[in-house]
Amino acid sequence: MEPVRILSPDGSLVGDAPFDLEEARRLFAAMVTGRTYDHKATAMQKQGRLATYAPFEGQEACQIGSVAALRPDDWLVGTYRDAAAMWFQGYPWQNLFLGRMGDERGGEAPAGVNVTPPSITVGGHMIHAVGLGWAERLQGRDRVALTLFGDGATSEGDFHEAMNFAGVYATPTIFLCQNNGFAISMPRDRQTAAEHLADKAIGYGMPGIQVDGNDLMAIYSVTRDAVARARTGEGPTFIEALTFRIGPHTTTDDAGRYREDGEVEEWRTRDPIDRVRAYLRLNDAWDEAWEQETADAAGDEIEAAVAAAEALEPFGPTAMFDRMYAEPTSAMDRQRGMLRRDG
Amino acid sequence: MAEMNMAQAINQALDLALAADDAVIVFGEDVGTTGGVFRVTDGLQETYGAERVIDAPVAESGIVGAALGMAIAGLKPVAEIQFLGFAYPAYDQIVSHVGRIRNRSNHRFTAPMVIRIPFGGGIGAAEHHSESAEAMLAHTPGVKVVVPSTPIDAKGLLLAAIEDPDPVIFLEPIRMYRALKQEVPDEHYTLPIGVAQTVREGVHASIVTYGSMVRASQRAADLLAEEGVSVEIVDLRTISPLDEDAIVATVRRTGRLVAVTEGHRTGNMASEIAAIAQEKALYSLLAPVERVTGWDTVVPLKRTEAHYVPGPERIAAAVRRTLGT
Ligand SMILES: Cc1ncc(C[n+]2csc(CCOP(=O)(O)OP(=O)(O)O)c2C)c(N)n1
Repeated sequence: MEPVRILSPDGSLVGDAPFDLEEARRLFAAMVTGRTYDHKATAMQKQGRLATYAPFEGQEACQIGSVAALRPDDWLVGTYRDAAAMWFQGYPWQNLFLGRMGDERGGEAPAGVNVTPPSITVGGHMIHAVGLGWAERLQGRDRVALTLFGDGATSEGDFHEAMNFAGVYATPTIFLCQNNGFAISMPRDRQTAAEHLADKAIGYGMPGIQVDGNDLMAIYSVTRDAVARARTGEGPTFIEALTFRIGPHTTTDDAGRYREDGEVEEWRTRDPIDRVRAYLRLNDAWDEAWEQETADAAGDEIEAAVAAAEALEPFGPTAMFDRMYAEPTSAMDRQRGMLRRDG
Repeated sequence: MAEMNMAQAINQALDLALAADDAVIVFGEDVGTTGGVFRVTDGLQETYGAERVIDAPVAESGIVGAALGMAIAGLKPVAEIQFLGFAYPAYDQIVSHVGRIRNRSNHRFTAPMVIRIPFGGGIGAAEHHSESAEAMLAHTPGVKVVVPSTPIDAKGLLLAAIEDPDPVIFLEPIRMYRALKQEVPDEHYTLPIGVAQTVREGVHASIVTYGSMVRASQRAADLLAEEGVSVEIVDLRTISPLDEDAIVATVRRTGRLVAVTEGHRTGNMASEIAAIAQEKALYSLLAPVERVTGWDTVVPLKRTEAHYVPGPERIAAAVRRTLGT
């Protein structure tokens, strides 16, 4: 299987560009904003301002490229590592920070934003994307659902059930597996004996495509095709994006225990952002000043989100009782009283 | 003797068990190369090889189900689930198969296996990393559920669990992994499953608890001691089967009972402890039994978690109520 590729690491095209230079610049800026968030969150965790954080550096093309192929009202169902994708589909950075601060308001997507809170359990969420898209179709709408997950998630039983339902009911679901090489310490080849994760699609009666996950154009293009199939009732698609997690699994992980620095350096040469920059340069659509402007704008956007998140007054101690049911039950009321009484 | 924390004591128990019995294997996500997310299995794969300290795919149902098959076929697997909040995909295997195989096969097939699971809150982790749903496991027929509170107990109870002819779920309080060091004997020893221990003697009231709540209760007892109240603390150490005699004995001694758990309030271990006290020691009770518990809410995230997990103040307030002070 040859992974789909459009943009080479040196910025030259080996296929047809799926969008124009202006769009390439917009998506480049979005990837830069994503990485700015990622670095900021890692730094804040070190300062004790955030709880454990799962960095996604290196996976920006997967996340921005795939979401770029969605309509603003389509569904996105991702994980703890998919902040850039969530933001690009309308989830505010402020809420992404709040979630990592350990504040439940971080889980709230604004009205009209069809993005579910990040899944922390591995593998449980893909089936929700199946139900979401299915319900859209049953209600006569043509929204589709994109679900993001890692290579490790394909080992969970729920992955099988999600893929199977999607195949059987031809639901408008796009399964995008970000194969970033590792599930915590476990390399991909210890996760499955299949030669390619994309091969799994065969068993569920849906197309399986492998794509260069650090190629923004390729990711965009295969997702766009999958979205078109889903929207016109042709059913689900499984996409395996070959990428790499540059950072540790989370800020508490010591990646040196299970992988070589050389491997990381090797993947850095295939950086998804550098690749688009090279393309823009080759096409006279890039200069230092614009890069600086883009970086500054990203920095300002992220700093503003941090400030807004940190300025929010923390929840009172008893707010937990008001989040559980539409109306607090008698048990919630009793327990709220007990907490007030005894602390 | 060496001074060690609970993570190290468990590591030593696993090391001894692997060394003593070729049938013992360790099996779980990231247990090998990295030595587990809490480093509890650190170094074991280097010593015993990847055939006996096995890194598993991310598949909890698979880990427990495969461990059951291995156990039936003669191995003694010590499976690890990374956090109790990730054990739910394995519940079907635990409830439907692990706890039933002996009964289903009329003793022909058995499951001499251990499932180690870190659990409990207090570290401000992400969602699902602070669960205290041990009552669900204690509610499951056919499995024993052990919860150590100290390094010494952890080692002796884990070795007993590995040697037990039946499946044992071994819940490790995350907060206690590195919170406390003790002089732990180097050699092999076991502590009996199903036997509680009085960890503090007192005369005015009893606290019955387990896991990380033992330490919170000790702190509460210290607060109360300053007020002249003497509290007895019973550490259950096993929550299934419960040491009913120990619960009844302490109630008879002090006449007042506070049952403490960080599990959700409805149908938790404290409810069971209270029921035993009223069944077996009603006439010794001088005050209604108090339950100090987590709430019937999802465990809140870092910012408000401290208001969920019972602390010394909440426990002390309950003791005072039993005393009418
Ligand atoms: C059900 C479940 N089991 C275990 C975990 C612990 N855990 C968190 S992330 C992870 C690895 C997931 O790997 P992968 O799906 O490849 O995604 P990645 O983290 O590489 O993005 C594990 C085992 C979990 N969160 N949920």
